[in-house]
Amino acid sequence: MSRETLIDLIYLFSATTFVLALKGLGSPRHARRGNALAAFGMLVAVVATFFKFVDGHALRHVGLILLAMFIGTVVAVPVARFVKMTAMPQLVAIFNGVGGGAASLVSITEFIHIKSTHPATYVVLEVLLGVLIGTVSFAGSAIAFAKLQELMTGRPVTYPGQQIINALVGAVALGLIVTILVSGSTALLWTLFGVAFILGVAFVLPIGGADVPVLISLLNAFTGLAVAASGFTLGSNLLIVAGILVGASGILLTRLMSKAMGRSLSNVLFSAFGSNVTASAGGGVEGRTVRSGTPEDVGVLLSYASKVVIIPGYGLAVAQGQHVLRELAEVLESRGIKVFYAIHPVAGRMPGHMNVLLAEANVPYEDLIEMDEANSELQTADVALVVGANDTVNPAAGEPGSPIYGMPIIHADLAENVVFMKRSMRPGFAGIDNELLYNPKTILVFGDAKDTLTKLVAVVKAS
Amino acid sequence: MTNVLLQYATVLVLSAFVGTEIISKVPSILHTPLMSGSNAIHGVILVGAMLILGAANTNLEEVLGFLACILATLNVVGGFVVTDRMLEMFKGRKPKAPVSKSDEVTP
Repeated sequence: MSRETLIDLIYLFSATTFVLALKGLGSPRHARRGNALAAFGMLVAVVATFFKFVDGHALRHVGLILLAMFIGTVVAVPVARFVKMTAMPQLVAIFNGVGGGAASLVSITEFIHIKSTHPATYVVLEVLLGVLIGTVSFAGSAIAFAKLQELMTGRPVTYPGQQIINALVGAVALGLIVTILVSGSTALLWTLFGVAFILGVAFVLPIGGADVPVLISLLNAFTGLAVAASGFTLGSNLLIVAGILVGASGILLTRLMSKAMGRSLSNVLFSAFGSNVTASAGGGVEGRTVRSGTPEDVGVLLSYASKVVIIPGYGLAVAQGQHVLRELAEVLESRGIKVFYAIHPVAGRMPGHMNVLLAEANVPYEDLIEMDEANSELQTADVALVVGANDTVNPAAGEPGSPIYGMPIIHADLAENVVFMKRSMRPGFAGIDNELLYNPKTILVFGDAKDTLTKLVAVVKAS
Repeated sequence: MTNVLLQYATVLVLSAFVGTEIISKVPSILHTPLMSGSNAIHGVILVGAMLILGAANTNLEEVLGFLACILATLNVVGGFVVTDRMLEMFKGRKPKAPVSKSDEVTP
């Protein structure tokens, strides 16, 4: 067996581990092993690549390659190990962005290389697509990171004629691709890089904070596609398989997310959602009464309950209240009260984020239930405890004309009593008033979620 | 269209189906690890980055290839480490026996 065949076989093995890793994610028990397997497959592929021949000679610059890997590892490991779980979305965004950047650089370099070694110009579409998609992903992820990290406003950034300008930038990029295909100009390739960068920034600016989960998922798909394009360029099945797997998963997840918000993908991407609703947010609030209560009131209510459904939102994570919440749930469970955590698909700042945050607080994943199951449990629940969530329980989703109309919600009002823990009467991310607050079933407990929960644990323990 | 391109296209189409099929079975509680795990997998661009740096003839190619290698390593290492860290936290109630020893010490 020739050396190249052996290396290709090893690549086949690696590609298989990637598929198995994704399959392993089907259940929490096998997921970790799957991830370790994929990491092993990746390691094997990288080691095998050192023995590959390119252009008829052994790999050059091995020292430089090792140095680059050393630098990358030294930076990535501590960041990945110690960043807080609430900051996970921006971390995924940035790791995704650098991947897109790498794919773009690979395509550019390959273009330059082919031009110098095969002057009989051989330019192909996939190189240009790799540059375009990779760079958009890189620039877009950088802006998404800045939004999530609050380095810039999380609100949509809009300016007059934005859509037209964006469409123009897109058209310029496509025009450049055609021109490069014809002329094979390297200077124009750099121009394409620049234009793609602008496109990435311009594309992400009008997307508001609440929609960033969908965006990250889409950018993840973009990087996958850029990697697949590089795979075409370099003639590597491994890159094609891995890139397309990620591209498919990203696109699927993106669609699931927009569905969970009851909106179409184009509405998420192009409507600058949340930029103009603030004006109408205050309407109708005046003169309506809410029932507010103390942790003591709620404690009594909980003590007499037999089934409690907790509906956590991102506010819980901001207040770092997950651990106290779990403590409360355990106290309740020790008294024979059934406790579930109802997780809305878009709770948190990325798909499935709330599950990770609760897992971090050692909540067993069996207690986490999805929206549909939650809505059927709520019909027989005594108390729905809304902690730091808002838009995901807003009945306005059922009213035509509301900005969140059509969004599937958790129907907290099905429960006998609703306890709403909130910092203030301020509306949530979508910027609209929540009818649930004025429901006669609802008791509002104002204050920091963690403080309130701590008091609540004390009350329940004492009763 | 050459045969080689056709072969790549075949791989591409089949992978897309495999990807869609497998991922539609991932439960929503694991969507964050799925994103971060697939994020790590596209870090395989490191292999591509190694190949272009390994074939580099000019200084420009060397610089670009070197940068690509650093970025790709960040992607792949960071991706796998963060996914592992997340998945480590997903514990069920039943499989307590193998992990509980160290857990019960901590309050």
